[in-house]
Amino acid sequence: MKYFYLVWKSVWRKKVRTWLTILSIIVAFLLYGLLQALNYAFNSGADLANAHRLVTINKVSLINPLPMSYLQRIRSVAGVADATHADWFGGYYQEPRTQLANFPVDPEAYLRINQEVQIAPQDLKRWKSERDGILVGRSLATQYGWKVGDRIPIGATIWQRKDGNPVWDFQVSGIFDDTRGNTAYNLLRYDYFDEARAQGKGSVGWFVFMIDPQADAARVAEQVDGMFENSAAETRTSTEQAFSESFIKQFGDVGFIIRSILGAVFFTIVLVSGNTMAQSVRERIPELAVLKTLGFRDTGLLGIVLGESVLVVLLGGVIGLGLAMAILSAVAEQFASVLPNMSLTDSAAIQAILIMLGLGVFTGVMPAMTAMRLSIVDALGRR
Amino acid sequence: MIKQMLAMTAMNVRNIRFRIGASSVAVLGVAAVVGVFAAVLSMAAGFERTMAAAGSEDTAIVMRKGASAELNSGISNEARQIISAADGVLRNGDGKPIASGELYVVVDRPIKATGTGANVPLRGVEAPAFVVRNNIRMVAGRVFEAGKQELVVGRAAQQQFAGLDLGATVKFGKSKWTVVGVFDAGGSVSESELWCDIKVLQSAYQRGNSYQSVRVKLTSPAALETFSAALAADPRLNVSVSSEMEYYANQSRDLARFIRIVGYPLAILMAIGAIFGALNTMYASVAARAREIATLRAMGFGPVAVAIATLLESAFLSLLGGFLGGVLTYLIFNGYQVATLNGSSFSQVVFAFAVTPELLFKGLIAALLIGMLGGLFPALRAARLPVATALREL
Amino acid sequence: MSDILVQLDDVKKNFRKGKDVVEVLHSIHMQVPKGDFVALMGPSGSGKTTLLNLLGGLDKPTEGSVEIGGERIDRMSGRGLSAWRARHIGFVFQFYNLLPVLNAEHNVALPLLLTTLNSKQRRKHAQTALAVVGLGDRSSHYPRELSGGQEQRVAIARAIVSDPTLLLCDEPTGDLDRTAADDILGLLKTLNEQHGKTIILVTHDPAAADFAKRTLHLDKGTLVNGSGS
Repeated sequence: MKYFYLVWKSVWRKKVRTWLTILSIIVAFLLYGLLQALNYAFNSGADLANAHRLVTINKVSLINPLPMSYLQRIRSVAGVADATHADWFGGYYQEPRTQLANFPVDPEAYLRINQEVQIAPQDLKRWKSERDGILVGRSLATQYGWKVGDRIPIGATIWQRKDGNPVWDFQVSGIFDDTRGNTAYNLLRYDYFDEARAQGKGSVGWFVFMIDPQADAARVAEQVDGMFENSAAETRTSTEQAFSESFIKQFGDVGFIIRSILGAVFFTIVLVSGNTMAQSVRERIPELAVLKTLGFRDTGLLGIVLGESVLVVLLGGVIGLGLAMAILSAVAEQFASVLPNMSLTDSAAIQAILIMLGLGVFTGVMPAMTAMRLSIVDALGRR
Repeated sequence: MIKQMLAMTAMNVRNIRFRIGASSVAVLGVAAVVGVFAAVLSMAAGFERTMAAAGSEDTAIVMRKGASAELNSGISNEARQIISAADGVLRNGDGKPIASGELYVVVDRPIKATGTGANVPLRGVEAPAFVVRNNIRMVAGRVFEAGKQELVVGRAAQQQFAGLDLGATVKFGKSKWTVVGVFDAGGSVSESELWCDIKVLQSAYQRGNSYQSVRVKLTSPAALETFSAALAADPRLNVSVSSEMEYYANQSRDLARFIRIVGYPLAILMAIGAIFGALNTMYASVAARAREIATLRAMGFGPVAVAIATLLESAFLSLLGGFLGGVLTYLIFNGYQVATLNGSSFSQVVFAFAVTPELLFKGLIAALLIGMLGGLFPALRAARLPVATALREL
Repeated sequence: MSDILVQLDDVKKNFRKGKDVVEVLHSIHMQVPKGDFVALMGPSGSGKTTLLNLLGGLDKPTEGSVEIGGERIDRMSGRGLSAWRARHIGFVFQFYNLLPVLNAEHNVALPLLLTTLNSKQRRKHAQTALAVVGLGDRSSHYPRELSGGQEQRVAIARAIVSDPTLLLCDEPTGDLDRTAADDILGLLKTLNEQHGKTIILVTHDPAAADFAKRTLHLDKGTLVNGSGS
């Protein structure tokens, strides 16, 4: 629009001051981008969960085992399309501190139920033929430089071998990807694991199963748990999403903490830009009065002032957000094994733009209103 | 020159009330930075304090070799007996070793604040457990009776998780337990736990006669070496020994480090933002007082004194902000109890934010830095203000 | 009658000063025909600027009527008044009041932003106006790069760029030295004689009377007819 030139020129009236304001806004939105990505990384487990996949754990806690015999019974429940089991192997690589996420599973069934896992057909075939084979997640493979055919020793933590060897040896059968973004885990074969372990034979950690699209998840869950009530190992079944959420909640309300910090940050920004804007408008009251004498309407002047404040916030905000995105893409690899899915989602970006617009209007509105209320005569008289 | 400087600084500070708008902005901006900085880092400090409070130097913890956490460890009954009888273990009046073989499982309890479930440690202990550790004190009820499904709960656990009041009955899976006592553990991690008789736990969870760890009271902190050597020399044992202090320090390291890795860069970024804010304020301040400064210069006040006075004004505002931020954070957050999942124990640790004097001091230093950096360029500008033109600005 | 541009009848203007009410203008009757060049003179405090503000629609009279170009501007609403002012009035102030962030051409083109002219047309009109005031070669200079006299010329160019009916000048030479002041007054005279602009000039520069067609005197809020009536 034709007023843009005027607005643009007015923004740069005092170069240093404008740059300083823009810089603090850049910092604010850089923080916004990084923290939102962190927030997403924490919660993505729940967001990306499959609504038709349910998890059954021991009612006492996730740590307690369940008998393998439950599998058949779960499969028999109406509405259950497919079911399998999994366990937490734990284990460390090279140093006891470097604990890994290793899961002993049934190769066929697990991949059927977790279609998000992407594996090349020849790697899958190899895994099925190698009893001590391990499928490694891509981010771990990249981090430790594992290739197909490598032998990797995993130190025992929870599960000891019955032959007394403190190390479990595995052969890398293949490298997999996961469309959910997290590839910081490995899959081993349950049959090999069960045979070689010293305790807990025949038990599993939990069950994962798919329900028919038209089945009611809550009812199926109730039925499954009802089946095992009053048995030696009672169960608790929930959707994968609910399960992830309750797990994440144990870390504390990360979302709340992040929102509070961002709140403090934006509060400061509003202070700084608001103050700058107010100063700027105050200085220009005689000019604004002149524009009025030329015939500019109040609404027009309001628009010009708001245009300036919004423009300043947009400039800083877009640059800050861009910086955040650049940093995230640079470090995402490093963090992939600890915090996968650390990225700025589209909705977070859109939210950021809306916040920018809101902040721009908010910081410009007050000074603009005071300026509007001045009569031209008074304003012109001021020197 | 000092006199000039002090006189001008005093004048500037007195005149701040005429520039209250811009000055408040600088103060509040720095307060926000210091506040967030102190809040985030007090989380790490509180967490570490909780973990450290649990560890004492004359208590040793023995686990299977290679196990980094109790959950990963396994010790047989025979091993436990050998360990308890080893050299360096303190004995009580009856000549019995002060040692406690322990095992814990994770049970589910709803968090009072959110209602969602959380992993809480249920620890089976031997009678000496209350003495092996230095800081356990019963504050309500009594200790559980041997052989009964009774619990004593840590004070922090009782506050954070639902249904753990004195006399309450709790159901874990199929077993029913009664809460018969509450204990205080000096704010340490033990307070996040539920304790019971180990024999009862072993039977309830089909653990046979196995343990995860043995805690012993040493005759003295120095005895740790003798004790470790004795265990290492025994061919029947395959264990690792560490002082409890070391053990808990290791446990807390990861989470504390994570909080710091997020906290420090966050604080630095915010500080940069605050510096820009402070710069803005100080530039505006210098511009607004250009005539004043020029008049003073015309009267003979030197440029260096002017610059330093500006710098001091900026430092004063920032320190005010730092103080404000620190006090607010202390009032709001200190002692605020939260719980989170500790990766190594896979269960909740309840800890309180600790806004330590050290942290507040760091905050003030940060504020001072912000003030100095924010005031530097404006101070230079004030010093180099062309006197004649500034005076003509009438 | 139809060539009377400005008609003021029984115009009074009061101001509040704290609890007191001060009557600044008493019963002003004034007529300015089209093409006239009136110098409105008087000591400071006589109400000259107040009268000018009423003429330009910047303020409303407490009593009486202000009719310009056949329209009762004392009866117009804020919005209508803005539009009317943009179309009919050109202001020239003592302190130029140019926007420092814009160069001469853009300053002159400002009033045209309120019209439907496109960017090219606006530039052309601005250039023309600058040429009329003799600053065609300075169009890309910023106010800080111009002398006081040049700035005032730019202000005049801005005042005439939308071809207004009436030019109102409030002490346009107040901030200039004698030579520059005469320059400006000469320019105004040219605008009046050669371009037919009606000009009302408020001043206490006695030399102004020589350039204008007639002079009115305002003393303590009352018009005293001067020479050339």
